Amino acid sequence: MAQSPAHGSDHHDHHAAGHHDPQDIKLLGFWIFLVTDVILFSTLFATFIVLRNNTNGFEGGADLFNMTGVIAETFLLLTSSFTSGLAVLAMHQNKVKPMIIWLVITGLLGAGFLALELTEFVELVHEGATLQTSAFWSAFFTLVGTHGVHVTIGIGWMISIIIQIVRRGLNDDTKGKVTVFSLYWHFLDAVWIFLLSIVYLMEVM
Amino acid sequence: MLENIKEFASEFFVTGDPLIYGADASIVLATLGIVFVLTYFKKWGWLWRNWITTVDHKKIGIMYILAAIVMLFRGGVDAVMMRTQLAFPDLNFLEPEHYNQIFTTHGVVMIFFMAMPLMFGLFNIVVPLQIGARDVAFPYLNSLSFWLFFAGAMLFNLSFVIGGSPDAGWLAYPPLSGSQFNPGVGQNFYIWGIQISGIGSLASGINFIVTILKMRAPGMTMMKMPMFTWSVFAASTTIIFAFPILTITLLLLFMDRFFGAHFFTLDGGGNPMMYINLIWMWGHPEVYIVVLPAFGVFSETVATFARKRLFGYASMVFAMVIISIISFFTWAHHFFTMGSGANVNAFFAVTTMIIAIPTGVKIFNWLFTMYKGRISFPTPMMWTIAFIPAFVVGGMTGVMLSVAPADFQFHNSYFLIAHFHQVLIGGVVFGYFAGLYYWWPKMFGFKLNEYLGKWAFWLWNIGFYVCFMPQYLVGLDGMTRRISIFSDPDWVGLNVISTIGAYIMGLAFLFQVAQIGYSIFRHEKDTTGDIWDARTLEWSMPSPAPEYNFAVIPQVHSRDEWWEEKERRRRGEKPWQLGPIEPIHMPKNSAIPAIMAVCWFVLGFGLVFHWLWMAIPGLIGVFICLYARSFSAHKAEYYIPVEEIERTEATLRGGAV
Amino acid sequence: MADHNNSHNSHGGERHEHGSVKSYVIGYIISIVLTIIPLVVVMNDMMGRTATIAVIMVTATLQFLVQLVFFMHIRDGEQPRWNAITLIFGILILLTIVVGSIWIMGNNQIGMKM
Repeated sequence: MAQSPAHGSDHHDHHAAGHHDPQDIKLLGFWIFLVTDVILFSTLFATFIVLRNNTNGFEGGADLFNMTGVIAETFLLLTSSFTSGLAVLAMHQNKVKPMIIWLVITGLLGAGFLALELTEFVELVHEGATLQTSAFWSAFFTLVGTHGVHVTIGIGWMISIIIQIVRRGLNDDTKGKVTVFSLYWHFLDAVWIFLLSIVYLMEVM
Repeated sequence: MLENIKEFASEFFVTGDPLIYGADASIVLATLGIVFVLTYFKKWGWLWRNWITTVDHKKIGIMYILAAIVMLFRGGVDAVMMRTQLAFPDLNFLEPEHYNQIFTTHGVVMIFFMAMPLMFGLFNIVVPLQIGARDVAFPYLNSLSFWLFFAGAMLFNLSFVIGGSPDAGWLAYPPLSGSQFNPGVGQNFYIWGIQISGIGSLASGINFIVTILKMRAPGMTMMKMPMFTWSVFAASTTIIFAFPILTITLLLLFMDRFFGAHFFTLDGGGNPMMYINLIWMWGHPEVYIVVLPAFGVFSETVATFARKRLFGYASMVFAMVIISIISFFTWAHHFFTMGSGANVNAFFAVTTMIIAIPTGVKIFNWLFTMYKGRISFPTPMMWTIAFIPAFVVGGMTGVMLSVAPADFQFHNSYFLIAHFHQVLIGGVVFGYFAGLYYWWPKMFGFKLNEYLGKWAFWLWNIGFYVCFMPQYLVGLDGMTRRISIFSDPDWVGLNVISTIGAYIMGLAFLFQVAQIGYSIFRHEKDTTGDIWDARTLEWSMPSPAPEYNFAVIPQVHSRDEWWEEKERRRRGEKPWQLGPIEPIHMPKNSAIPAIMAVCWFVLGFGLVFHWLWMAIPGLIGVFICLYARSFSAHKAEYYIPVEEIERTEATLRGGAV
Repeated sequence: MADHNNSHNSHGGERHEHGSVKSYVIGYIISIVLTIIPLVVVMNDMMGRTATIAVIMVTATLQFLVQLVFFMHIRDGEQPRWNAITLIFGILILLTIVVGSIWIMGNNQIGMKM
């Protein structure tokens, strides 16, 4: 990739003695992981877009989507992205209790999102739209479901971070974990924006 | 009850073929042999402490290479069996169904379980030493990557004796690989074997990018990095963007097979062509992923053995970066015949031709490096020289294939087979052999026997041309790939010659095994640590390197820092001013990666057979391991005290610091 | 990771910008507005097909940028910004995957109809 030698040198003055900041390294590693996740989702999006008209004679999204639930999901996740940011802010001021409270609120909003999504899935299945119905519904459930799995893992991960902070308090290590988690959570919200736009809005318009 | 067990066993185990029974017996014997040796010499603890739980990049590299050599043997046996069938098609040495399995596993094993681990092995051994680091950025993750690769490879290879091998080609195109036409478990082994090892590859890609960006010695700017490190950087960048596509493509195929979804099926609105589109979006960059590090190896060996600076450093870097970017824009040339129309084909034909240009630049750079050099010809350099004609011919036939209208003639013929074997063996395998011979002394402290190595080299090269040149001709004559029987008498002679070549290469491989075996027992210990009088930092330390690599991290001033340092010493100038030895911060060994890989294996095996009672505990195990690591990671580090470092250095350097 | 010592205590807190409550609130409000615009346009059928798609994609992209800048602090951190460079390259590949698939597969279907 584009590399400017001029930047390289002042970068290294910072690490004059060859000591590397472990939190910096973890943060960059996690950023790169998130970019690989971008590619993961873009492959799913590409598949969904290519197969979106292959409804196999069954009803498509325009007929079956319940937009009220989807809009509610959107605002829950957007708000949780905001509250996870507030948690990080509290963390930088070393306010442990507010930070944990913001994290718990984030988790509850995420759980609310998941509950609504599951309700949506169950309703769709009752109307006959399943993974096996058509290419459209296979792509829909896989794409939206992959995002849902990410949210679920995120909640589990957050619980483990809260437990660790309660046990060990805030230090460089646990702070790093919260920072990385909040990045992950903002990223999931960003993916959801495109799910809302490409899967739901473009389908029902 | 007994009847039930018998019936289950006859479906569970692959039966009915004497070759398979032979394999069963040899697997059981080999396993018993290993268990016996380990128990007899009381080596279980040693194996656990020094290898299974290690996070040391040098040991992980050695394990990758060992596994890759075993897989090279397996893939090679597949190749020889196919060639035997094609030399005597009427003898029915392999039944058509069996032949399908063999060409499938040959391709999968060679790419995923031979080329990739050999590549990661070289990454692991060389990169941290070359950039002046004490390990990779994430040593624990590195160990996990290896064990995921290993679990995936074992799961895939198990299909040979349990359940049945996949048989839909190395890229498993649907609908043939879908459950409608392939109801057995073979394709499930394919999906999960590759998926599990692919996750490990992705993690390695991230790991090496961060290592290279963040762990370089002070003073080593990006444009002072050794060329092999640059090639690792380019390959890793390509990995992180290509492998997620593979993950999803295999996931979708799994959804089709396991849940009855309709992504790539013929009914329900599925579109098998989408699979072909997606798999090549990964598949084409993958080719460059494996070849870029080979280019890196050649850049090191050419400079070392021509005793000159690498010619055109900046253009070399530029070419690698450009190759890794353009490799994402050529994928459709693998399916010109799919019928996407003239516009699509024209675009991808042109991008394919463009990517040949930076490759040509590199070839000229290597040639100019050798020009007026004082060239010596030990085995690593011989492989480097042999690479150039092999790769030029392979590259030129590649440009022929890129001409879309002509490709309608070449497509899926033996011309294509000859082309990609020429670039993959002539480029990748020759490159990794060069790297293996070149860095072997750094890994083990002694050189491989040159005499046997030269025999292996010549047999490989002769066998290579004897095997693949006739395939170009028989391909132009119309012979297509993946057939086990043919009736055209004109093809017989060329196929027999080709088979002779394959056997010569098999013989060459045996020479290499003999070479390694012989050298382990009869060798001269390298006391210099710089056996080739080479140029980069990995040669500035004793061979094999101590666990912390550098007692003191050197300050880098120029590209070939170690060479410059030796020049300074030769001129009698002041050598490196290394700071005082300080305690070194190291990661502790961890058993979690190996245990997590076992859980992945259990998960994969359960999903292969649709046994949820097995898959779900496997999945839970994976999450328990993740939690266990998250809760214990902060305790997983320790310091090596100064006295111990001084003691180690004194022993290794024979007091000659 | 294996290669640092205690000096890292001095990093972390001071060097990076972490935003403020104000910047998070601004980001949150802009995100809400950018979510509501396409919702209103789509639910009320206010525009033609092409214009609606344009509004949806533009607001989504803007909101993605808002998340990056206000929440994920892509502009912070030391030089060179490898995270931003990786992301830009990732977006290039993303567009290749999506646009390339649509282009190739779309042309296939044209071919099949003929």
